[in-house]
Amino acid sequence: MGILSSSVSISRYTVEKKKTEDQPDSVQEIVRNGLKKNAITGIEDDYEKISIGWIPYESPYDPDFEKFSFVFGEYFIFSLRIDKKKIPAKIIQKHTAVEITKRLKESDREFLSKNEKTDIKDQVIEHLMGRIPSTPDIYEIIWDYEQALLFFFTTQKAANEELETIFFKSFKQKLIRLFPFTLVETSPSFTDSERDLAANLSTIKFSR
Amino acid sequence: MLDISISYDKYKFLGNEFLTWLWYVIETHINISELIDNKTETIVFETGNSIVLENSLGDDSTEKISIKGDDAGLEEGATALKKGAVVTDINLVMKIDENKFQFTIKGESMNITGLKTPSAGKIDKNDNIEGALLEKAYLCSSVFQIIDQLFIVFIKKRISQDWKNSELVKIRNWVKL
Repeated sequence: MGILSSSVSISRYTVEKKKTEDQPDSVQEIVRNGLKKNAITGIEDDYEKISIGWIPYESPYDPDFEKFSFVFGEYFIFSLRIDKKKIPAKIIQKHTAVEITKRLKESDREFLSKNEKTDIKDQVIEHLMGRIPSTPDIYEIIWDYEQALLFFFTTQKAANEELETIFFKSFKQKLIRLFPFTLVETSPSFTDSERDLAANLSTIKFSR
Repeated sequence: MLDISISYDKYKFLGNEFLTWLWYVIETHINISELIDNKTETIVFETGNSIVLENSLGDDSTEKISIKGDDAGLEEGATALKKGAVVTDINLVMKIDENKFQFTIKGESMNITGLKTPSAGKIDKNDNIEGALLEKAYLCSSVFQIIDQLFIVFIKKRISQDWKNSELVKIRNWVKL
């Protein structure tokens, strides 16, 4: 679901501030370079299962950050694309069964060992990997650099984990996911002693 | 700071307690604008079309109660509260002045799903994408700002010395009704 969809899902991050303060111009350059360096390249190797990278918001299939902007007002807006080859289990099952039958006929045997069956299955998967196209999933991002806040337009755990990894690789800044504990830890509304008190809380019963 | 995954698990109860408290705030018609000291906008919350509660049964097992549908029978939720359950997910309708938002919030992650914001108006293909994006960013931020302010109010109350003798007593009296 994209930013402009009628219904969106969002997980939130705070971006760990770098020690050295960058000038606004150089910030854009740093972000542009990080995006370009880690832009999606597509699955080049036929047998590669997954490819992950940045794409411009307005151009999900042409990762050209010179042509398409990632700066919208005070925000950086771009997307993470994850291309994955997914072979349905039933297709693997079918092709493996066909291959096993063929092998039995050729060798004039009644049974194959467990290892032989595993080998056949691996060969089938490898063969199918080379034939099927990858499926792209696109997750959009709004990064408020000044506020060090980032909205990621999905709540899928796997996509969140990929984002955290590639974000650090691209911009050398760590993303901290915002949930109850980190909200208390990072909010300027709490003093250190209030944070300590919150950290020592334990569950209570609202019923008697 | 604690390891992220450890702190996520250890303190997810705070998110669930927050949602339970928020349900109490909504049901007892406490003035939310006053609660978060917002003098410029009128903020009203209503429960939406779903609520999920969870009751820890003590032996590492939990009982889950899901209530769904418009005008969901929230009496079942109240019954679950009486048995010691807490709210883990709740669908909320939030009105900021004339603007209506609806979303589901999950206590343990504070993630928001199914967020519907006021309409940002029609976008001409390439014309005004930037305007629409900025408006949507502003609308999404508004939701989180209010949720965060409420969460801060809740935590401040929860760590205060009179939590047990004041706020908790009020919530327990509401649960008893």
